Amino acid sequence: MQMSDTRDIKAPPSEVWAAILNPEVLRECIPGCTEVTGNRDDGFEATVTQKVGPVKATFKGAVALSDITEGEKVTISGEGKGGPAGFAKGGAVVRLEPIPEGTRLSYDVEANVGGKLAQLGSRIIDGFAKKMADDFFNRFQQAVEGPAEVEETSDAGAEAGETKKGWFKRLIS
Amino acid sequence: MPKDTGIGASTKRREDIRFLTGKGVYTDDLSLFGQAHAVMVRSTVAHGRIVSIDTSEAAGMPGVLAVFTGEDFKEVGGNPAGWFIKSRNGEPMREPKRPVLAHGKVRHVGDAYACVVAETYAQAKDAAQVLADAAVIEELPAIIDMKAAAADASNRVHDEIPDNICFDWGWIEDNRAAVDAAMKAAPHVVTLELTNNRLVPNAMEPRASIGEYFPGTGDYKLTTTSQNPHLTRLLICAFVMGIPENKLQVVAPDVGGGFGSKIYHYGEEAVVLAAARKLGRPVRWTAERTESFLSDAHGRDHVTKIELGCTKEGDILAIRTETLANVGAYLSNFSTATPTFLHGTLMAGPYKVPHVYVNVKTIFTNTAPVDAYRGAGRPEATYSIERVIDKMCRELNLDPFEVRRRNLLTPDQFPYTTPVGLVYDTGNYQATLDKAIELGDVAGFEARRAESAKRGKLRGMGLSTWIEACGIAPSHLVGVLGSRVGLYDAATVRVNATGTISVMTGAHSHGQGHETVFPQIVAEKLGIPESSVEIVHGDTAKIPFGMGSYGSRSLAVAGSAMDRAIDKIIAKGKKIAAHMLEAAEGDITFADGKFSVAGTDKAKSFGEIAFSAYVPHNYPLETLEPGLEETAFYDPGNFTYPAGAYICEVEVDPDTGKVDVVSFTAADDFGNVMNPMIVEGQVHGGVGQGIGQALCENTSYDENGQLLTGSFMDYAMPRADDVPFYTVDHSCATPCTHNPLGVKGCGEAGAIGSPPAVVNAVIDALHRGGITHVTHIDMPVSPNRVWQAING
Repeated sequence: MQMSDTRDIKAPPSEVWAAILNPEVLRECIPGCTEVTGNRDDGFEATVTQKVGPVKATFKGAVALSDITEGEKVTISGEGKGGPAGFAKGGAVVRLEPIPEGTRLSYDVEANVGGKLAQLGSRIIDGFAKKMADDFFNRFQQAVEGPAEVEETSDAGAEAGETKKGWFKRLIS
Repeated sequence: MPKDTGIGASTKRREDIRFLTGKGVYTDDLSLFGQAHAVMVRSTVAHGRIVSIDTSEAAGMPGVLAVFTGEDFKEVGGNPAGWFIKSRNGEPMREPKRPVLAHGKVRHVGDAYACVVAETYAQAKDAAQVLADAAVIEELPAIIDMKAAAADASNRVHDEIPDNICFDWGWIEDNRAAVDAAMKAAPHVVTLELTNNRLVPNAMEPRASIGEYFPGTGDYKLTTTSQNPHLTRLLICAFVMGIPENKLQVVAPDVGGGFGSKIYHYGEEAVVLAAARKLGRPVRWTAERTESFLSDAHGRDHVTKIELGCTKEGDILAIRTETLANVGAYLSNFSTATPTFLHGTLMAGPYKVPHVYVNVKTIFTNTAPVDAYRGAGRPEATYSIERVIDKMCRELNLDPFEVRRRNLLTPDQFPYTTPVGLVYDTGNYQATLDKAIELGDVAGFEARRAESAKRGKLRGMGLSTWIEACGIAPSHLVGVLGSRVGLYDAATVRVNATGTISVMTGAHSHGQGHETVFPQIVAEKLGIPESSVEIVHGDTAKIPFGMGSYGSRSLAVAGSAMDRAIDKIIAKGKKIAAHMLEAAEGDITFADGKFSVAGTDKAKSFGEIAFSAYVPHNYPLETLEPGLEETAFYDPGNFTYPAGAYICEVEVDPDTGKVDVVSFTAADDFGNVMNPMIVEGQVHGGVGQGIGQALCENTSYDENGQLLTGSFMDYAMPRADDVPFYTVDHSCATPCTHNPLGVKGCGEAGAIGSPPAVVNAVIDALHRGGITHVTHIDMPVSPNRVWQAING
């Protein structure tokens, strides 16, 4: 499975770069992630709980960074084992380039799954991966830019906010 | 008038009472005192080197009794291939050892490399996961695509086999030059490349095995989901475990479907026996549905290029094929026979085609083993032939019915020796074709098509005239062809003192209806009620011998053995009657359940003879042994050759590509029919599976060897609304000339003849709808593929 996308982030490349290499930011941004330890030189250890279709599992895996061009490009590769659910592995090449609004982040992801995940989830794995990537970069954008601006830029976020408001108003009226 | 009992009666299936009311007893239903539970640890990668398996943590977990890996079975034998095939260049096929548990390498997703036995299933499952997490398996590039596998000498499923080719087989090699010449000289040549899609058998009951060991006597017992307990015992004893055959009892109780997948011996059976021996306790294992998808032997998976040389009028002059057949990661027991002698020998079809040459290369890949599945090789042959003939009709603008008529063998040509090594004993292919045309109301098709068109649907009609070779098998012939065992069968007919009868048959019934049909034959021959006859099957301790049920052989081979045993019973009954009636043996006749002295009214009933055979007051012990029990073996003189004509009508929705099978007519010649209702049911089931293959089912591995269709969410089984109400006929019977019952077998027919009829109908619908650029769509002809073809 392969996918590519770009994001424009309203922050200078140096900030974006620092955020990518920060385990705390990664933990906040990876959907379902409960723990990230390690550093850019030794690699990271991550624990992620996710549900793919009928398969829910906690993946523990190692993430390594390689092919680093400081401030511009990094290759992230990792493999997570989900016990009975099987495994997921893959890599992403992330590139940063300065644009007038801040930074253009582009990524090419290649991922493979095996075991139950492949047998039961293959139909939905592409959509799932796309959603994971979207969620990650939404959160990443939010983490780097700050929450206020995200509400303006993200339709999904705004809708969710309104829904909440609607619900809250009904409760008190 | 239809009979209501005996041969030819539609006696209701007595086994259905227990099957339909939940009273069947399947392997997993058995609960044994002190039993332990086994869980297999299976590879999640398609191809990998086993670096290390640390079993210590798993072994120490709560309830865990034993842990096994491939290392524990290093010294025992491998699970062998039953047929030996030589390549065109005379080299023997490559036969890598198939270990009980993977050792050194794992070769497909689902390949079991360890087993955990624990007090409870949950404990075994937990420990299996811990073991899997502790195993270090270095993933290697997966070998999935057959063409790539054969072209790449560096990446090998088995390290000792450089090009992943098991054998390169030519049939018949001596015909090759003549076929090439005939093809060259032919006024027209049709070429078609097609895929026969890989299928997962999906028996309703997953595989299960229970091993027992009795330390007091050193006896073993294996209860298992097998179509042939004697064959399983033979394989385990003689090849894999080295247990003396008289120390292992194999029982196959009620078995919920097999379709071929339960012919074979699987490693799990050896593991539970070894575990039982080690622990001195019964050890049980039942596959989860996902394990069945991953580890049952799959079916089909051929990629074929077929060429047909013909005249402009549609006379077939020559057929030449090149096939790549996937055998998967290991050679399953019949895997080398299926793409060769069950496939190449059928490549002349029911036609008078003078020149045929078949080339098959079998390829190892990192996928589950592939072996015989309902039809086994014959559906692949039939599909290739019937599709290419259909293409010929389109290219030359010929009527498919007329083309069949031109080329079908005629009744006066039997016995007919084909150019691919078989002798068809009898048949009347024109009769079944005419019957199908009549019952399928071919004359009314145009009106139905117009009606469909009003609803925006494209209606098409597809024809297939098929033949198969079954009743497996004449031992001498299959010996010449490479089978390592003869394939005769045995039956013991035991008449009890009170006149009831137990028939011990080597055929195993796992849905076919033997328990109903075999008594019909006994009752007919002995003039006693069907209810007085009981069939005993599936237990090596009770039955003298048998090669099991597959290849539509139960009635033709095991039934014939039973028929012979009954003849022996009658012969002995006459001796006893002669004594009791004080007449000469030669004067005794047997009819309607009575032994009579010819020309007199002196007679004894069958029951009286039986009684005096066991508990005589006055019996010539000096000259005649008491008892009334006879065993007979039967080795068929030839294959049987059922044949028929199938007409399928479909409606295609041009907007969505969805295909609906709106009618299906099957006119078959199965020889003599013992129970019409059961035959009809067999055809329904077979055609249903054929429609499943044609429209729904596909087994998909990704490039890494992950099985993408590993559950019923992604693997499309045919459902009730995918199949029509069938029109089935078997009145055009030409009885088999060489077995005593005149039967030909009907179990596989539907699955053999139907896929090309369906696909031909789809192509026909598109062409009649003006979509003439589509010449072929590979199975399964799913809405997506049809839509792509229409819009491509």
